[in-house]
Amino acid sequence: MDAVRPRLELFSGEQVEAIVADALAVLATVGVEVENEPARLLLREAGIAARGFRFVPDENAVRAALATAPARVVVYDRDGRPTLDLGGDRVHFDPGSAALWILDPASSRRRPPVTTDLVHLAWVTEACGNIAGQSTALVPSDVPEAMGDRFRLYVALLNSTKPVVTGTFATDAFAVMHAMLAAVRGGAAALAARPLAIFDCCPTPPLKWSDLTCQALLDCARTGVPAELVSMPLGGATAPVTLREMIVQHCAESLSGVLLHQLAAPGAPIIWGGSPAAFDMRHGTTPMGAIETMMVDAGNAQVGRSLGLPTHAYPGMSDAKVVDWQNGMESGIGAVLAALAGINLVAGPGMMDFESCQSLEKLVLDDQACGMALRLARGVGHDSAGEAVDLLRQVVALGGFLGHRHTRDHFRAEQFLPSKVIDRGTFEQWEAAGGRSSFEAAREEVRTIVARGNPAPVADDLRAELTALISAETRRLGIVGLPPV
Amino acid sequence: MTERQELFAALSRAVLDGDDAAAPRLAAQALDGGVSALDAVEKALVPAIREAGRLFEEGEYFLPELVTAAQAMKAAMAVLQQALGAEAAALALGRVVIGTVEGDIHDIGKTLVGTLLSAAGFAVSDEGASVSVARFVARARELDADLVCASALLTTTMPKQRELVEAVRAAGLRAKVMVGGAPVSPRWAASIGADGHADNALAAVTVARSLVGRDAPS
Repeated sequence: MDAVRPRLELFSGEQVEAIVADALAVLATVGVEVENEPARLLLREAGIAARGFRFVPDENAVRAALATAPARVVVYDRDGRPTLDLGGDRVHFDPGSAALWILDPASSRRRPPVTTDLVHLAWVTEACGNIAGQSTALVPSDVPEAMGDRFRLYVALLNSTKPVVTGTFATDAFAVMHAMLAAVRGGAAALAARPLAIFDCCPTPPLKWSDLTCQALLDCARTGVPAELVSMPLGGATAPVTLREMIVQHCAESLSGVLLHQLAAPGAPIIWGGSPAAFDMRHGTTPMGAIETMMVDAGNAQVGRSLGLPTHAYPGMSDAKVVDWQNGMESGIGAVLAALAGINLVAGPGMMDFESCQSLEKLVLDDQACGMALRLARGVGHDSAGEAVDLLRQVVALGGFLGHRHTRDHFRAEQFLPSKVIDRGTFEQWEAAGGRSSFEAAREEVRTIVARGNPAPVADDLRAELTALISAETRRLGIVGLPPV
Repeated sequence: MTERQELFAALSRAVLDGDDAAAPRLAAQALDGGVSALDAVEKALVPAIREAGRLFEEGEYFLPELVTAAQAMKAAMAVLQQALGAEAAALALGRVVIGTVEGDIHDIGKTLVGTLLSAAGFAVSDEGASVSVARFVARARELDADLVCASALLTTTMPKQRELVEAVRAAGLRAKVMVGGAPVSPRWAASIGADGHADNALAAVTVARSLVGRDAPS
């Protein structure tokens, strides 16, 4: 359909160039601190100037790295189907990642998540038709911290077919996580050809790359696992408060990430992402539902797209502590703005209390917001000039459109058809069905999904292979008593 | 599958697909091939429309699919009707007069109920929107209707439903009165002495069947 894509662009082309120019100047003068020795070695070998461990790359070095980074990154699901097609202005959603809490649906209070919650999260994500990826969105409290990152990926791979957005908590985690992903694909080369996971790599604001994150970036580059740069400037705390300068810092941090990554392996897949936030000047918190947070997300994505890279951000989350009006309002606005801004990978569904609490109920509700946002991004078709005349001529005789073939043929593509958690019935139907709030409807939906069990079991031999890998890692770390999956 | 079973399956499919060109064509083909009209109705059309209703209740089908299925069923029935002859009487569930009450021009719900009732086997006379009480009564008398169905979409036009019930009783008609429409509750229906109420078109068919003493076989 010949539709015009509705768009949100905060800047003109010249304004984007000016932001990039400022970011390049920041790198060439202030530079970035690099804590990881192999990364320093790479930078020195490439002739990047340094003052101690602060590297000050010039524009040429950065432009060379941008030139080798691919404009499109495709991530495939467990069965090898292309699922996340990142680049241009194509939009996909995945749940907000790595929450330390889960919302208990009975009490509407947070509690520490356990492995069973992680399993259910994967099942619910699998059931959400508008959420293309899964993420290791909970940190299970019944798993020793040293195993948390690896174990979450293991659970995700066993319980959903969707590609995984994940990350490492320790520099020694990557090897076994890569081995598990390769096991699913049948080898490291097959995994590089059809990536199954994306690893988040977060620089420390302002302008610093920690040992852990550098290592993850290098590991990703060398294995062809897509890396996602998650710069986290806090406007007024760890970054300038003005949105433009915040985006300049964001851009400088991400550019240095692209440089490091492409030096390690030119052409390796990398995603221009971020988790910026406006800083709350009363509470000292990082509101993800603030409109300025979402504006920086949109602006940063526009900068990334102009540099020819796939983009990512975290709109669609809420700072609310329960699933209430604030929660739906912030999440819905975020999903819509992300779709309008053409952010390729939008993490956030299910997440609340900043980025600290996942709610499976919120996830199935957000799935609907994502569906509506995706519908908006498709725009309105325009390949049918004159059709209205014919239709109205026919319908004058028929008496209405409900029984017209045209309606039956087009309504499913033309309308987003919401699930049962969105109420569009009459008052009487609503009352007869128990007079439920959307949260109560979502609670019922989650119960139904969980009761159906694992929607995506893996074959026995693959399960055994993955279990052997995680068991060997457990022995290596001297851990006993992992929860059963 | 035998040739006949294949034909019934195709006819059922045409109804489910809402194909109002294929459904009558297949019905005619069945008659030409010596199939009894009653068989075609009972083994192809009725199971198909029942399946459409089931798919709707389960959230799989939406209104356009339900309505076009009913229309395809109607088109096939029109072909079979003549051949049914004496058998037709056995199939007809009853005569219905349906309309939206005076002062109310909303007719989507009413048309939907009328279409599904006729697909279910009722002979439906759709009087349109903004129908006066006098006209409802006159048409019911003229057709010796079993059911009078009145829709109201506005709280301001709902009182016309009460007037209608009173007028049907005062005229001494045997017709039972069903009321519906978004603001109409079971409590309202009971308070005005209506014989039946349903809050969606599929439920209306079930209520109508039970009012004429022809509950669907389970």
